[in-house]
Amino acid sequence: MISRRWLLGLPLGVATLGGVAFWRMLGGMRQGTFDPRGLPSALIGKTVPDFDLPAQLPSAQGFSNADLHQAAAEHPLLLNFFASWCVPCIEEHDQLMALRGGGLPIWGIAYKDQPGAAADFIQRHGNPYQRIAADAPGRVAIDFGLYGVPESYLLDRTGIVRWRWAGAITADVASRQLQPLLQHYA
Amino acid sequence: MHRLLGVLILLAVLLAPGLARAVSDPAEMLPDPAQEQRAEEIGRQLRCLVCQNESIEDSGADLARDLRRIVRQRVAAGDSDAQVTGWLVDRYGDFVRLSPRFTPVTAVLWLSPVLALALGGVFAWGAMRRRAPPPPLSPAEQARLAELDP
Repeated sequence: MISRRWLLGLPLGVATLGGVAFWRMLGGMRQGTFDPRGLPSALIGKTVPDFDLPAQLPSAQGFSNADLHQAAAEHPLLLNFFASWCVPCIEEHDQLMALRGGGLPIWGIAYKDQPGAAADFIQRHGNPYQRIAADAPGRVAIDFGLYGVPESYLLDRTGIVRWRWAGAITADVASRQLQPLLQHYA
Repeated sequence: MHRLLGVLILLAVLLAPGLARAVSDPAEMLPDPAQEQRAEEIGRQLRCLVCQNESIEDSGADLARDLRRIVRQRVAAGDSDAQVTGWLVDRYGDFVRLSPRFTPVTAVLWLSPVLALALGGVFAWGAMRRRAPPPPLSPAEQARLAELDP
């Protein structure tokens, strides 16, 4: 008789467990802390891959991973892949300008973009970047494990990637996720 | 006229899957057919990160095309299948494998059929053991049986 009660209780228990799990997932999706299509970055806790990219106007100089490390040593730094043809990049641009205004150094990489189009984009929407490089073939982006634009990486003072955000950095993402990390790694 | 149209539609439907599979255009392919076949086999096991349930061989996404090209470069350079896959896993993580590796995290996933079978076996065994043979007929029942079946 005990085992029959077990048989009745087991599906109920499994259903309850599943229900709680889905409830939490949906809650996370509403708050933006859980993305079912999101991928964990293989770069978290590591230094960025080696690269050396040419300049993208209006920046006079391109940069390499060594330049990036040197700059990050002074202040945690945000590396942002963008493109003039990318709609969410326009969406996050205001936020990047605000972060730059708040003192966060942001370095940009134009991904698979025409040099002229990228320069126009910056001129039209403002320049939040300290330096901009061009990755026209998108090959360095693959070394980063990038799968779309925009994508942003936060480097701490030792040059280690602490956070990766795939998609637009909205005001919500900036205040909920980026700001606490900036305080932690300041 | 209608029949001709019907035949054309049928042909289109029958040929469509073949066309859909031929994402890689000839310019992408390696000149050596053996190497090309190996590259395709590796690519079919790699996930396109943009359209996540397609392999890079099946996907029409820009990134998938770049990754197909890299797979072919590495195959042509003499990398083993594991080296090519490892190169991508280093960059995109284990998620890039369409067939997940057996790790402590994926153990439940891989072992779930065995676990389900074992659980079912335990229940079946328990149910069978509980089903004791029926008690012998009482004299009254035997009399009734004889009455029914002379």
